[in-house]
Amino acid sequence: MAAKLILSMDGLVLKEIPLTKERTTIGRKPHNDIQIDNLAISGEHSVIVTILNDSFLEDLNSTNGTYVNGQPIKKHFLQNSDVIELGKYKLKYLNETPSQTTAADFEKTMVLRPDLMKKTAEQTAAKAVSPTDTQVGMKAIDTHTNVAPPPQAAAPAAAPAAAQVSGAIQILTGANAGKELELTKNLTTLGKPGVQVAVITRRPHGYFITHVEGANFPVVNGATLDAHPRELKDHDVIELAGVKMEFFVKG
Amino acid sequence: MDLSQALQMVSRSDAGMVRSHNEDAVFINAPMGLAILADGMGGYNAGEVASGMATTLLGTELEKAFQKTAPHQQEASGKLHSHVVLEAEIARANTAIYQAAQSQPQYAGMGTTLVTAVFYDNMMTVAHIGDSRLYRLRGGEFQAITRDHSLLQEQIDSGMITAEEARHSQNKNLVTRALGVDPVVEPEIRDYDTMPGDVYLLCSDGLNDMVEDEEIALTLQALSANLELAATQLVQTANDSGGRDNVSVVLVRISREYPAARSWWARLLQWFR
Repeated sequence: MAAKLILSMDGLVLKEIPLTKERTTIGRKPHNDIQIDNLAISGEHSVIVTILNDSFLEDLNSTNGTYVNGQPIKKHFLQNSDVIELGKYKLKYLNETPSQTTAADFEKTMVLRPDLMKKTAEQTAAKAVSPTDTQVGMKAIDTHTNVAPPPQAAAPAAAPAAAQVSGAIQILTGANAGKELELTKNLTTLGKPGVQVAVITRRPHGYFITHVEGANFPVVNGATLDAHPRELKDHDVIELAGVKMEFFVKG
Repeated sequence: MDLSQALQMVSRSDAGMVRSHNEDAVFINAPMGLAILADGMGGYNAGEVASGMATTLLGTELEKAFQKTAPHQQEASGKLHSHVVLEAEIARANTAIYQAAQSQPQYAGMGTTLVTAVFYDNMMTVAHIGDSRLYRLRGGEFQAITRDHSLLQEQIDSGMITAEEARHSQNKNLVTRALGVDPVVEPEIRDYDTMPGDVYLLCSDGLNDMVEDEEIALTLQALSANLELAATQLVQTANDSGGRDNVSVVLVRISREYPAARSWWARLLQWFR
């Protein structure tokens, strides 16, 4: 599925433009791929370079500038549903290939080979959902240089759902009694290296404690662990290297 | 020479949370210092066939070759035996996979990535093709030793996109080299010194696409005392983050030095070189 642009003005959709070409030019003059006949638009306003599934927008020193999501840009690596603004016109960038259902198939590794450029590009686009066809790509990326987008902070990738409990450990005995340790990292090791170490892992569905090293295994609520992880419940008491501590759930 | 006292090796391979097939394959032999990981591609089960052929063929052939002559020996050409053997056996595996793909319609177009490490004489020789990686944890420093043969890496190298932006690219899955897709293949073969305490990670892109490098480093640092657990934890982290691809890891920890046994005159010769 090729990426596309939806051209609109004042909320009125004017046109839908698939990004099938390697270079798609936008401007006032008629030779542009996307012609916008408006005085606020420069003759050659901007260009979109598309390489397989990625598209890069570049402003061509236009008089009134190119904006993405309200910010002026010189070069920009387009992300799905970015809104490009040129004067009063808006171009919404849609690239639906990474939708959850097709992502799995699309992520299959494929080989690029220096032949069959056009044909396979179409195949890749058309048959993205079919994992069974011959997976050969192409290679012709040396023609367009300097498409480096700005070193701006790109939108972070969808982080794993943060909707999970946060846990902490309170030391009950020994020199550090009373101290609290928040379990904010995915991995927290406890104990003395070389003597006895356990790790508490934070997973989407809770916290787990596992023995790492040492002859003695950790004890939870009086029961000695085996080599397998054990899920921690609120107010579980852990004994490790002679120190007692309590796990509890915060907020 | 038995390296099992100097090297500890573990491996894990998992289909992940989404895929029904595991197209990755791993092979380890700690006594001989061999670690091989392959990530297959191709329709139906062809990916499994390609990666399975790669690890099995290379594993057995490298074992045979290095049993006959130790990898540190120098050949008449001046090349290390390890390099000569790796080049020859990778070429053979390539031919075998390529011919299978040509002769069996259901295997048409199959191929595989490959990353192989051969440990000997306080060093390792790494051969790789495609985007399966080898990382090293030395002290607190965690870094990739191999550079992917992929479109994305080429784009990063040419300055088109930054490494940070590359994480959001949708062209992640395109490799520029693979084993078994062409009559000939050019593996990248390099030597590295190893040090006691080093931990090496061979992995398929199912790990490094799902888990940030810092997270991998943290896991290895925290759990290097228990390699089995570290390997399990890495696979689990990839699956907890979505597990969209098969995920395979091989971990190798260097626990002591392992100089090659040399005859007295060879040592003397080395002295004068």
